[in-house]
Amino acid sequence: MSALASRSPYAPKGGGLFAEVAASWLLAIFWILPLVYAVWTAFHPAEFSTRFAMDAPLTLDNFRRAWAAAPFARYFFNSVILVALVFGAQVILCTLAAYAFARHEFFGKGIAFALVLLQLMIMPDVLVVENYRTMSTLGILDSIPAIALPYVASAFGIFLLRQTFKTVPKELDDAARLEGASDFQVLLKVYVPLAKPVYVAYGLVSVSYHWNNFLWPLIVTNSVESRPATVGLQVFSSGDQGVDWAIISAATLMTSAPLLIAFLIFQRQFVQSFMRAGIR
Amino acid sequence: MKRVRIARQINGWLFLLPAICFLTLFTYWPAAKTLVESFYSTARPRRPTHFIGVDQYRQLIDDPVFWQALMNNAWYALISIPVATGIALLMAIWVNDRIPGRALARMAYFTPTVLPMIAVANIWLFFYTPQYGLLEQALSLFGGPPHNWLGSSSSALAAVTIVAIWKEAGFFMIFYLAALQQISPSLAEAAALEGASRWHFFRRIQFPLLMPTTLFVLINAIINAFRTVDHIIVMTRGGPDNSTMLLLYYVYQVGFGFWDTGYAAALTMILLALLAAVSSVQYGWLDRRVHYQ
Repeated sequence: MSALASRSPYAPKGGGLFAEVAASWLLAIFWILPLVYAVWTAFHPAEFSTRFAMDAPLTLDNFRRAWAAAPFARYFFNSVILVALVFGAQVILCTLAAYAFARHEFFGKGIAFALVLLQLMIMPDVLVVENYRTMSTLGILDSIPAIALPYVASAFGIFLLRQTFKTVPKELDDAARLEGASDFQVLLKVYVPLAKPVYVAYGLVSVSYHWNNFLWPLIVTNSVESRPATVGLQVFSSGDQGVDWAIISAATLMTSAPLLIAFLIFQRQFVQSFMRAGIR
Repeated sequence: MKRVRIARQINGWLFLLPAICFLTLFTYWPAAKTLVESFYSTARPRRPTHFIGVDQYRQLIDDPVFWQALMNNAWYALISIPVATGIALLMAIWVNDRIPGRALARMAYFTPTVLPMIAVANIWLFFYTPQYGLLEQALSLFGGPPHNWLGSSSSALAAVTIVAIWKEAGFFMIFYLAALQQISPSLAEAAALEGASRWHFFRRIQFPLLMPTTLFVLINAIINAFRTVDHIIVMTRGGPDNSTMLLLYYVYQVGFGFWDTGYAAALTMILLALLAAVSSVQYGWLDRRVHYQ
């Protein structure tokens, strides 16, 4: 694709190229600046937080102190459990529902599909007051399942997988059935393996969404045992840390680190996954 | 044969059932309940909840904070969405060209997207800090007067709007990038043969071909503008003087700060109505796409 782009008659040349390169670099520097600033603060002693000197000593002390000042290990553990729980449940529920919509004719299918898509409008993020009441009735307030439950049946996931399953050649389906595979076996042996790249894409999108999610976990959790990392960070930085920006920056980077590092290593997969998940 | 068909019918429903159960419990039921609750008073210690008709909505019309939240949200969306979309398009065009350092530039543009909004808010909170923050330091170099960006009601909304733009532009960029790469190179060759300028090529060929992407990006941006308030919680808590009060943050404040669940229900209904209006456009568009496949 890039080879074709380079031969495009509208590819910038000469002065135009110079201007475009300069502008795009300038924007890139400007864009990454707030993050670089946070990295600078986190890796230098507090007295250099607002003073820039080339000879400022590097230190990991801020990370050590942040880690010791709040139970971040537990918060990370909670977040890992949360994203695993959400994605695991989403895969099961959405796969089954998508298979029903893609390859079954049943009474009320059109209405059911419209109802599912309704969730794209009525999002769990907005229904926080009633969902809080539901969790209270179920007696599971302040627990990791309470954070996960409103998101496990995802209209987005169902739609994404339905579109994928519809592209599977009917012949493969028929062949498997002729060999005596049951309806459910066909799903497991034919459809799921063929949709692997879509599961990967959906996984990246889902995991990053729920690792980063904040408002609902903030509302529904109230203890160290259930708080995910984002809420832990908020409790930590709005607590009695005063304005020790060096430590808060370190904690902020720590919270974002798993996704940030994964993104830097698997850049292409990330970008393609977000693209695939968005465009379908 | 008939029995197989009936079995498939039953299987279809069985496969769908788990998802429908969860959707009912955590989407349809709470949505319906919110509508009902909005017509009832909030239960208080010695006054159980009772039907009050449209009183909550009447209170809402007389509530200046609600109107301010609505106006703030409208401004927030009206500024952040076109700016973020425009920057995203510019970024995509730049990284689509074969310029040196494009991989690095793309990474710089996209990185804010993978950060949690709360981390982004913390980073910018520091960036905006009076006296010490990078912004103040940079401005003082040019002799600018000191200004508390988040602390004064004249600039706080603009400050949080910039944060939203920073977080989202890179995300929208990748959709434009994908769309640009799908435009056939022969179109560029044909346009060049006709002697069209670069601007003309963009205006008459690229931009119209990117229209579906623009629509998709716009709708997503509008939805995000109404459902993301993480940065408000961290940076301003709706203040100063409600100048950064957004609708969902108001729902959060009324529902969990004042525990006035009846009024929060009425506010949620307004938010849902807005989202439904926006999404119905997308819904129609999605539906059409489904149809053509």
